[in-house]
Amino acid sequence: MSDVLLDIKNLKTHFYTETGHVTAVNGVSFNVKKGEIVGVVGESGCGKSVMSQTILRLFEEGTVEYEGEINFNGRNLLKLNKRQINKVRGNDISMIFQDPLSTLNPVHTVGRQIAESIILHQNASKKEAEEKAIELLRLVGIPSPEKRAKEYPHNLSGGMRQRAMIAVALACRPKLLIADEPTTALDVTIQAQILDLMNNLNEELDMGIIFITHDLGVVADLCSRVVVMYLGEIVEEASIEELFDRPLHPYTQGLIKSIPQLDGDRSAMLHTIEGTVPPLTRVPKGCRFAARCPFADEKCVASAPPVTEYTATQKVKCWHFEKILKNQEGIADVHTYS
Amino acid sequence: MENIGSTLTLSEARKKLKKEQQQLLKKRFFSNYSMVIGLVIVIFLMLLSFVGPYLTSYGPLDLEVNNRLQAPNADHLLGTDNFGRDLLTRIVYGARASISVGLSIAIITSIIGLAIGLYASYYKRLDQILMRICDGLMAIPGILLAIALMAALGPKVENVIIALSIVFTPYVARIVRSAALVVREQTYIEAMKAQGASSTRIIWLHVAPNVLSPLIVQATFIFADSIITEAALSFLGAGIPAPAPSWGNILYDGKLVIFNAWWMTVFPGLLIIIAVIGLNSMGDGLRDIMDPHYKKVTKKRSKAVKGKEEVA
Amino acid sequence: MSTLTLESSNEQKIESKETLLEIKNVKKFFPVKKSLLQFNKEQTYVQAVNDVSFSILKGETYGLVGESGCGKSTTGRTLLKLIEPTEGEAIYNGKDIFKLSGQELRKVRQDIQMVFQDPYSSLNPRKRIGKTLEEPLVIHNIGTPKERTEIVMEILSKVGLQLEHYFRYPHEFSGGQRQRIGLARALILNPKLLIMDEPVSALDVSIQSQILNLLKTLQSDFDLSYLFISHDMSVIRHVSDRIGVMYLGKLVEEAPTDELFANPLHPYTQALLSAVPVPKSGAKKERIILEGELPSPMNPPSGCVFHTRCPFAMDRCKMEVPMKKEIANGHHIACHLYDK
Repeated sequence: MSDVLLDIKNLKTHFYTETGHVTAVNGVSFNVKKGEIVGVVGESGCGKSVMSQTILRLFEEGTVEYEGEINFNGRNLLKLNKRQINKVRGNDISMIFQDPLSTLNPVHTVGRQIAESIILHQNASKKEAEEKAIELLRLVGIPSPEKRAKEYPHNLSGGMRQRAMIAVALACRPKLLIADEPTTALDVTIQAQILDLMNNLNEELDMGIIFITHDLGVVADLCSRVVVMYLGEIVEEASIEELFDRPLHPYTQGLIKSIPQLDGDRSAMLHTIEGTVPPLTRVPKGCRFAARCPFADEKCVASAPPVTEYTATQKVKCWHFEKILKNQEGIADVHTYS
Repeated sequence: MENIGSTLTLSEARKKLKKEQQQLLKKRFFSNYSMVIGLVIVIFLMLLSFVGPYLTSYGPLDLEVNNRLQAPNADHLLGTDNFGRDLLTRIVYGARASISVGLSIAIITSIIGLAIGLYASYYKRLDQILMRICDGLMAIPGILLAIALMAALGPKVENVIIALSIVFTPYVARIVRSAALVVREQTYIEAMKAQGASSTRIIWLHVAPNVLSPLIVQATFIFADSIITEAALSFLGAGIPAPAPSWGNILYDGKLVIFNAWWMTVFPGLLIIIAVIGLNSMGDGLRDIMDPHYKKVTKKRSKAVKGKEEVA
Repeated sequence: MSTLTLESSNEQKIESKETLLEIKNVKKFFPVKKSLLQFNKEQTYVQAVNDVSFSILKGETYGLVGESGCGKSTTGRTLLKLIEPTEGEAIYNGKDIFKLSGQELRKVRQDIQMVFQDPYSSLNPRKRIGKTLEEPLVIHNIGTPKERTEIVMEILSKVGLQLEHYFRYPHEFSGGQRQRIGLARALILNPKLLIMDEPVSALDVSIQSQILNLLKTLQSDFDLSYLFISHDMSVIRHVSDRIGVMYLGKLVEEAPTDELFANPLHPYTQALLSAVPVPKSGAKKERIILEGELPSPMNPPSGCVFHTRCPFAMDRCKMEVPMKKEIANGHHIACHLYDK
């Protein structure tokens, strides 16, 4: 498969803290193809951000330990030395974060920050880099980019800053962009602008995007494939149609049902997932979702379920998904898939 | 009755939780070495100053004119001074003077500084006035201000306490104010306002408990600082008046005979150093214990990881 | 007390409810600090809330929706006089809250309670939960210590917490549990109205639905009215009976929930609704993407505040401030497009 850009195999991230050893990411495997937008969804504490930062090995060495493989362009990122990984960062793989104000350097102009990244990775002259920076600002839809390039991050509004952040990330035409909740801090109308931009960029530049979010609505809007995480593990992986029309894992089902819908029944109570996410220091032994799962039995508590491939694109980590599916099809109308 | 049932289980729950929380505190306390070391030193000094005087066979003012400037020996463990007074006895009594002066200053500055800092943080106008006064006081070097105040008040132990309290209060007020300004903006203070709580209630029952930890830490540092400053004042002759012993006084006497009687400067000097180290390390320890965000970085884990990496 | 008739569009059912709180022409201008060099310049203001009027009926949930900086939170806070309003009236029980002080204000604050957004900073970290919850009772001199404990225990069970939580400290709780505690604190004085400032926006989806359900249960149990402030259209639709849409300090549209979502009239409401991402497959719909950014509230546009971003702006919009008028029963709008 030559069109696979990033292939993560059985990735584990361990942290060593005062309270003990914590495995924030526990055996995650998935891939991203060229030009594809893959969503990573989960609630806070599910390990989605840790997973994304693991890809670029952004944690301070010595407090963290990685296991597994992250294959990118035929190289295992976890095996690279410091200089090699630095070359990958920002050049082949870039990242954008939730809070642009703390990621952009407040003492440099926006234009200079973009130019710097170009000079660093591409051996361009200062003048070329600056021209390229203005071009990039235009690409991300910032009006009058020549003027904006000379401004400092605090002069820009939230939406503009996020655009500038994206421009910095795109400076070296990365093959993969990791976006960690880039629209969470923005208002809906601005979020709509940014999502639109990401979609256009994806088409124009043909780069892979890993889009991390807690908002299923955003995922439905932007992504073609979704990975659902719970407590450091992937519980379900599916195409966007499969995920919303026929979610297999009880957790995914619960998540989708618990969001108030714009056309839902207002008088009805919302569906809830009982309980809360346990801390990583007290991870259950069997299936990690068993304590909150309405379908759990002794088997779930005793041992962790394997990942089952239900269709070519849909995988689920649950003992009882077939039983659950049958029950639901008995009640609701049957969805047919070819 | 239902009420009794619920209160019974309530008190049980309370007992269980208290035990849990106490154990946690114990664990944090004993894993904090600077706290333990500091506390041991401070307790030792307290014992020295309050029990010590009953154990020595000499009085602090007993002159033995024949035994002037004796080096440490069996009769006089730390030797005698230039009037033939037993040095150990004088140091023990001096400890009482120095520590009680330090402790009173720490307590007085804490109370006044807390009040000033809290009110300054809460009322903007008052803040301007109080903080400008504090700035003014802090602009003058502490020791100079203390000497000037002592000159105005006259040499008496009470006056040393008053003078040094004036010198140190602005430092406490500053720290309390900056901590209180942060607390003031928290939503729970706004929530209390929304409940209709009065300003006095908010200031003393809701803001004050949240600034206690920096205050206590600062108080221990001021304790140490005022011991040094009192010694310096006495050394300069502006502190506790002779012949009453204090560590500074003894040093002052020792200065004259420093070439023939080393013990008169070394022993009181050593005690000042120990006291200050003890108090400072206790202050550091307290800060670590009281700060809930404090996380101790253990060296073991980084070593363990490194080892594993090498294997891989 | 006045009564108000409103019509639910799809059911054609006429309800009449008493007005609980009426807000008239509320303004809040924050003065901007001038630098010493600008001493001769005129004082400028951040116009956070500019002439907002609406009323909350007994037993209903009034939703206030808008993006950040539109003044919805400021509006909520002025109602409790946590922020001193610049102008306007808030009539509660025949009295203007803004004119009250001392004992009378405290009485009103007993009836109107607030729930805050951030479940982490809204609880005093040094106080056990029990003490935090008893505090309002102590302030208002209610009951003996023993009775207070009983009241607290009862409220704890009502919001779905356990009795042993009484002695715990806030840091021992998760975000959702803390929000339950915040609710308990607001409910302990038996209020009539709860002002909720983004009560679920800091919570995860699965926890959010738990709290929203709890809010519904509590509303019927305690016969409460809610002023629900949020930026999330789907959440506000789920909880509210009527909704006011705010933009840059102004209330631009107000309608019963179903009417507003079926028939949004103001161009801003339309854009806001179309921008909400829908968690469904094949939901990639045509969005109305608003150009540009929110103008600064320090220097809001002349005429209609929305005209700089409005796709239908006319010359008139730049000059004339649109007045709030009733289009259909209970459906108010401030826009020149609907002038006939």
